[in-house]
This record gives sequence, structure tokens and C-alpha cells, in this order.
Amino acid sequence: MASDAEHIVKSYENELNRLRGLIANMGGMVEHQVADACDAVINRDTEAGTQAVAQDPKVDEAEREIEQFVIRLLALRQPVAGDLRQIVASLKITSDLERIGDYAANVAKRSVVLQQFVLPYTLTGLGHMSRLVQENLKRVIDAVGVGDADEALEVWRADEPIDQIYNALFRELITYMMEDPRNITPCTHLLFIAKNLERIGDHATNIAETVYYAVTGEPLLGARPKGDTSAYAVVRPAHD
Amino acid sequence: MSTTNDSAVRANIGAMEAKSSEALNALRIAIKNVDFYYGTNKALKGINLDLPDKQVTGMIGPSGCGKSTLLRVLNRMYDLYPGQRAEGAVMMDGENILDPGVDVNQLRSRIGMVFQKPTPFPMSIYDNIAFGVKLHEKLSKSEMDERVEWALTHAALWGEAKDRLQASAMGMSGGQQQRLCIARTIATRPEVILFDEPTSALDPISTLKIEELIDELKHDFTIAIVTHNMQQAARCADQVAFFYLGELVEVGTATQMFTAPREKRTQEYITGRFG
Amino acid sequence: MSATISRGQIPGGVRDMKMAEQLSRSRSRKNMIAKTLCMSATAVALAFLAAILGTLFWLGFSGIHWSVFTQVTKPPGSGGGLLNAIVGSLIQTVIGTAIGTPIGLMVGTYLAEYSAGSVLGNAVRFVSDVLLSAPSILIGLFIYEIFVAPFGGFSGFAGCLALAVIVIPIVVRTTEDMLQLIPTALREAAVALGAPKWKAVVFVCYRAALNGIATGILLAIARVAGETAPLLFTSLGNLNWSVNMSEPMSSLPVTIYQYAGSPFDDWVQLAWVGALLITFGVLALNIVARFVLKPRS
Repeated sequence: MASDAEHIVKSYENELNRLRGLIANMGGMVEHQVADACDAVINRDTEAGTQAVAQDPKVDEAEREIEQFVIRLLALRQPVAGDLRQIVASLKITSDLERIGDYAANVAKRSVVLQQFVLPYTLTGLGHMSRLVQENLKRVIDAVGVGDADEALEVWRADEPIDQIYNALFRELITYMMEDPRNITPCTHLLFIAKNLERIGDHATNIAETVYYAVTGEPLLGARPKGDTSAYAVVRPAHD
Repeated sequence: MSTTNDSAVRANIGAMEAKSSEALNALRIAIKNVDFYYGTNKALKGINLDLPDKQVTGMIGPSGCGKSTLLRVLNRMYDLYPGQRAEGAVMMDGENILDPGVDVNQLRSRIGMVFQKPTPFPMSIYDNIAFGVKLHEKLSKSEMDERVEWALTHAALWGEAKDRLQASAMGMSGGQQQRLCIARTIATRPEVILFDEPTSALDPISTLKIEELIDELKHDFTIAIVTHNMQQAARCADQVAFFYLGELVEVGTATQMFTAPREKRTQEYITGRFG
Repeated sequence: MSATISRGQIPGGVRDMKMAEQLSRSRSRKNMIAKTLCMSATAVALAFLAAILGTLFWLGFSGIHWSVFTQVTKPPGSGGGLLNAIVGSLIQTVIGTAIGTPIGLMVGTYLAEYSAGSVLGNAVRFVSDVLLSAPSILIGLFIYEIFVAPFGGFSGFAGCLALAVIVIPIVVRTTEDMLQLIPTALREAAVALGAPKWKAVVFVCYRAALNGIATGILLAIARVAGETAPLLFTSLGNLNWSVNMSEPMSSLPVTIYQYAGSPFDDWVQLAWVGALLITFGVLALNIVARFVLKPRS
């Protein structure tokens, strides 16, 4: 996303750097938010949950700030080529990050409810999924920072395993719900939490596509690997 | 660019935020109700404009709207031409510079002007720069040498010129000549610099170099720049004033003018729907 | 502006290649004829120039001896040279130019920089142009009336004055033309630095116009070096050695005039030598003006 030579007008170069800085900052905030939310669910850490929710307005504020800055850059600097792609990409990325923040806050809120229940089943699947999502998120935010198209491509491909875990989790949770009606409330919340995590993974993939285009100038062709088949999943009760 | 590590990023953002405030500084020059006549033709009508200190004011508008005319009022260039006269006041440091009692030559050493076409004098580079200084100050040879070096450095020309100070200025390229004219102007240590379409005769890279120079110069000088090229005003200016048919239609910060202008005429001109 | 025109609809129909070729050939023929005429005219002019220079050289060269430059004019038959004539010409030309040039410079500067279409400026310009093409004998008579007759004698100084009057309009025209060639932006740039108008003119405009003005002065010198009529009525000529400005002074053109019409062979020979000297002196000045001054820009 960055060229080797510096722009002749230093203030423009500084503004582009500032934009990168703002995005990196927001990315960091969102990473923490997701980590805290996952902590709140898996490790039942209420403090982390509160943190994740409290971060959300700050993330929204960051998105507004970046949006205003991008509009100003477009109006005053007439960017072209790589600069234009970088600036427009920033706009899209900030929107994706804000959504990720919202999902993280959502997960954190649901974790509060979950703590009222003692779960007879483990959350290893969910834990695994959350680790993968966090890793993808971290990788893509790093790719944004240095403009690494190859890393973005890897992240783009790495969404598939997350979707597969989600499918498995979906079936598992439905099974639990069929076994015992007392499981329905916690499992429903867990379903939503899993869905939110899966959406976070999708948004990370979005960001990866945007980064790839901004750096190379070529759109990432081919269908996004969408492994989420939960829309067609049918689970029949074991006895019947 | 290089990788951005966390603490450097945060320091950068902090510094940028301190400087990026869109506020305009206190005013340096106040133009009050200025009218201008070419003979009987009224070219400027009741102009009221403040030029903020140590910032760039860009003046845009279609051909013949009066922006260059206003610029030339500021350093009383119209005095050279008998049929032209200005009415109203231009206040600088509590003094009306349009007053006939003002020493015009002194005024012009405080308000310098760079013209559209580079106009190096037919002398050596050193003499070009010394010319303006000698008009107003008595400097020893070493002081003059220092002043010449200072001026050339601040015009981003010292590196290219230091080995041929005695060579004729006519042998330089267009972009270099224009930077020489800028060096010549700042050598008299003015407080205000007026640029009259300074890059319309230059190629794109020279243009960008001059725009970068203006960015640097505004730390020390108040600057007013007339430009045909709106995008240049967008890139360079802190405050932008839009003129049409001798009137000041709208004035505001660059961001406000180019993202959300208040006047319909401004919006139409800026988006290329007339003019 | 929004209607599209297909080629067949343009008035005049489809392009006629044959007609275009015919017209082209006719133009080429006319071009050839004009070129031939121009070259012939040039050949004629050059032929005349060659003839003059050739005659001068042929008749004058044989008379060049050291004595021409070391001896003064003497009565026919006793040898002699042109020393007093050469020196007299030099003195009168140099002093005449020295008097006329500053006046011409200042008038030319006034016209270019300060008059700006005023009535006085137009009048001065008109008078200067008339003076430029006035017959030089009239100038000689004028100086005779105001300087020679009242003071009761021909003098070298009167000769200088007459030459100065011839130099003035030439320098005025050249100065004004050269100063007007300077772009307004250059003047404004000097003024914008805080220079009063006279400094802008002297330090910037003069320097920029220097080549042109110097060329003009050199051409003025070349012109007056060969003037005969004005000197006839002012310095008269002197067959003896004299560098006294208040007495009649010899000069080359006057001496040639006196010698060429005389019946004496040696005097006629000296006249040719004198003519040769003047011609090549003027030629040398022109070459200096063209080659030495121009490359400085």
C-alpha cells in the first residue's frame, strides 16, 4: 500500500502516515475488544466483558474521525493511483473494523447472561474458533499496517476453517438443545456468540480483500470461500 | 513506507492533531471595503477579507474576477499605472497601506511579490538576490554572503546554486528561476509574500516542489496565493477565498470550501459547472 | 455542438484527390518562381556590394604605405599622408558621440519609461524621427548659423556638435526600441522589491537592454564616421596638423572630398586610400557590433 519514494510535498506524506496511524490505532482497539469479549465468554472474565463493551463508543468515534479525514484528503489532495486506493481502502476498512467492534461488544454482552448458567458441556470448540478468529484478525490488521498483499491473501483463504468449525458448532448446539430443554437458553446465546465470531471472521476476510486490492490494484477474483453451510443444516433427533 | 510501531504512531498522531486543527490564526492584514478602478471600470467591489498570520490564503475564481487585481493592491503595484486607483483601506500593523503618505518602497520590502513568469534579472545569481537587499539595508560583504545563503537555502536552491553563485541567472531552468525569484523576494525579509499564479508556467514536478516550498515558507511568512488551478488552492491553502466578477463570494477554511461550501456559486464553480 | 456530422454530409462533398494534387503542383511552381526571383535579387545586390568593395580595394590598396599613417597632408607632389585627417576624424567622432549618446540615452529612456503615450512624448518621438532622416547638410548649416557665424570661425568643436546632433536621434530610437522590448514583468519585479522607478530602470532595464543599446551606439559611430556635409560647414577641414578644438580641423571625409575632385594624381590616390580606410573602419565596427557584443546575452 505504500510506495518507496516519498511525496514531494511533505505535509501530504505526513497526512498519509497519519491515516495509516489512525487505522492501526483503531485496529489495535478492535483487536483488544475481540480478545476481551472472547475472554469474557471462554474464561468467564466479567472485567474483560465490561472492557469490551466500554470500548465500543471509542471505536465508533475512531470510525467517524477516520471518515472525516478521508473525505478531507479526497477533497484537498486529489489522490490518484496507489494513494487513491489506499485512501479509499481506509474508508472501507474502518467500516469493517467498526462492525467487528459491534460484534465484539455483542458477544461481551451475551457473556454476562451466560455466566448465570452452569454449562454441562465444554466450550473447547468455541474456544478454538475464537482463537482462529483472533489470529486472523491480528494477521489482517498487521497486513494493513505494512501493506502486505501476500499475507492478506493467506488470511482470505484462512476463513474456511473458521466456517467449518462454525458448522460443527451449529450441529453440536442443536443437539444439546434437543437433548434437554433447559439447554435451550444458554445454547441459543452460544449460537449467537458463535455467529458473531463467524461474522467477525468474514469482516476480517473483507479487510483482506480490500488490502489486496489497495496494494496490487487487482481485485481478489474468484468466489470468497464461503464455508458456512449452516443455512442448509438439518439435524434430526437421534431417536425417532 | 516503513513499518509503524505503536509508540511512534501514537506520537505522530498526537503531533498531527496539535497542528491539524482547522482554526485560522489571528489576522495579519485586514482588507476593508476595498474598491478598485481601471479608469472608470470598477473591477473590485467592496472587498472585505482578513489574511491570517503565517498561513496561506488562496484566492480562486474565473478569469477576470479580480483576484490578481486585489493581490496587486496589497503591494500598491497599481501606483505604476496612472489610470488605476484603489479606495478603501488595507490595514497592517494599525496602518492603512493605501494611504498616499506611506513610503511605498519600504512597504514593498515588507510585502514581497512573486510573479507568474519567472523574471530573473540579467545578473549573476548572487547579484539577483543582493539587489533587493541593497535597496534597503547596508550590509558588509560577509553579512550579504550570509543573507544570500539564507535566502537560497529557504528557497530550496542552495544545493543547486552554491557552486555557481557568480554564473548568470539566465542559465537556469524554469523551475530553478522561479525559486530564484522566491529567494530574491524573501531576501529582504518581508512579512508577507504574494504569489501571483507562481506555477502556471512550470511543469508538474516543479510545481509540486514550489508547493512544498510554500508549505515550508508559511512557518515564517504570511502568504497569499492567486491561482487559476483550484486543486492547487486545495492543496496549499489554509483559507480559501472565492471571487466572482469583482466580488468576494465566499471565504472559509480549505476543508470547508472544498467539502461543503455555503454559497451556490462557490459550489458550482468548484465542481466545474460554470466559469 | 452535439450533432454529429458524417463525412459525406460536409458541404463540398467528398474529397477530390485529383484537384488537391493539381493545386499542390501549382503552388510548388509558384514557390519555385518566387524563390528564383529572390535569389536573383540577392545576387544583384551582392554583385553591387562586391563591385564597390572590389573597386575600393583595387584602387586604394596600392596606395597604402606607412607614410599614410605618419605624415600629414602636404601640397601635391610632395608626398604626404593622411595623419591629420585620421586623427581629426577620430577626435570629432569620439567627442561627437560622447556628447550625443548621453542625451540620446536620456531622451530614449524618457520616451520608453516615463512618457506612456503623453502628448509631449509623442511630439518628442516625432521630432526625433524627423531628425533621424534629415539631410545631414541641413544639420551642418544649422550648426554653422548658431555656432560658427556668431563666433566668427570654423572650429573642431563645431564639427563635434554637428556630429552629436546626428548621433542623438539614432541613439534615441535604439534606446527606446530596446527598452520597450523588455517585458513589463521584469520592471514590475524590480519595483516589487522596493526599488524606486529610476533604480529599476538603471540597474535592471539598462542591463537587460545593454547589448541592444551598445549595438545602437556602435552603429551611430559608424554612421557619423563617414559624414562629410555637416563637417564642411563646421570644421571646414585643415591641410595642416591641428588638434586645437577652436580652429578648423581636418577629417577623412572632407579630405577625400577635397582630394578626389582635384587634378593631381597623388591626391586622387590618397583619396582612394582614405575611402578604403573609412569603409573598412566602418566594416570593422559593424563586425564588432555583431560578434563581440551579441554572444554576451
